[in-house]
Amino acid sequence: MAEMSEAARLTDFEARIDRGEKIEPGDWMPDAYRQNLIRMISQHAHSEIVGQLPEGKWIPYAPGFRRKLTLIAKVQDEAGHGQLLYAAAESLGKTREAMMDELLSGKAKYANVFNYPTPHWADVGVIGWLVDTAAVINQTMLAQSSYGPYGRAMRRICYEESFHIKQGYDAVLAMARGTAAQRLAAQEAIDRWWYPTLMMSGPPDSMSTHSRLALRWRIKTKSNEQVRQEFVDHIVPQIRALGLTVPDADCAFDAATGHHRYTQPDWEELKRVVSGHGPCNQERLAVRRKAHEEGRWVREALQVAS
Amino acid sequence: MTDTQWSTWEVFHQTKRGDPHEHVGSVHAPDPQMALQLARDQFARRLKCSSLWVVRTSDIVMTDYQDPTFFAQTTDKSYRDPKAFDAPEKRHP
Ligand SMILES: [Fe+2]
Ligand SMILES: [Fe+2]
Repeated sequence: MAEMSEAARLTDFEARIDRGEKIEPGDWMPDAYRQNLIRMISQHAHSEIVGQLPEGKWIPYAPGFRRKLTLIAKVQDEAGHGQLLYAAAESLGKTREAMMDELLSGKAKYANVFNYPTPHWADVGVIGWLVDTAAVINQTMLAQSSYGPYGRAMRRICYEESFHIKQGYDAVLAMARGTAAQRLAAQEAIDRWWYPTLMMSGPPDSMSTHSRLALRWRIKTKSNEQVRQEFVDHIVPQIRALGLTVPDADCAFDAATGHHRYTQPDWEELKRVVSGHGPCNQERLAVRRKAHEEGRWVREALQVAS
Repeated sequence: MTDTQWSTWEVFHQTKRGDPHEHVGSVHAPDPQMALQLARDQFARRLKCSSLWVVRTSDIVMTDYQDPTFFAQTTDKSYRDPKAFDAPEKRHP
């Protein structure tokens, strides 16, 4: 086959994306596409790995054996999601060790939401319900991604996330139907997680440097604002149906647009939290570093045995 | 000793005997036994599975997406398709 010029290759690549075709690891791709994907997928992987910690802390204290088993399974799924995503990033030529180093050194970013504390059991329920719902809306969109391995990983992950949402909802439901103190605890957890969850889909796209390229090359197919709006429209009626309150006095359904109005979160807070200055960033990384060090002998033994 | 990049292994999953093995993803492991164990934890911890295969990714020989001529058909091959024939679908009346 005749060598194509770089420009012709790019035209060919973009035409393929416009036709809705998927890009696979062996394909030619612009370096910016590859780098954008590596950044997104590795951040996504780190989020799943760190995302085990806020809830994992509650495994010894879960109320009842069934909820304990459920929570163990949920946290194990998140570890599995991290592994699936690291594998998708590896298909782009990034090594797992490099990704680990970036996470442990504090260089890599990951989802803001896992840097907040979980002081009450109700936080576990609300994370499963709210945070995983926001994650599924984002991941259902990413299942359509133009990069084949990313889309395939997302489809597998979304299936498991529906279990996460249901177990979270079930835990909150039990509290909403419980004593006054339990209802209050559930409400306080919603108050804690509402804005951090809204921030998860990222800043408005006009502020996002990476969004334009990611949309053009269909790495993602919806804007951050669209994903957030979908989440709000989906979750607000559910929260109210349980007799709980959305901690935003201005949040209301707007018949003219067919969507809920809501107050934007504090985007400066998001910047602080993802750049390492949230309430739990140091604690989360310290736990990961300790786990990595304590697992070193296992990796070394496997290396020698193989 | 610093960490070394382990191989990736492609995982093929068979839901039940008689089904084809289907590619479901990959794992990262130092040897085939470890790859099988990780594949079980990753791809068979919930739904039914009767068999798993792992193949070192670098051992797979693949066609080149950049070479469309490999699959190009120079002549009309429609005669190979049962739909090309005007005969009853049911062979055993
Ligand atoms: Fe997940
Ligand atoms: Fe989840």
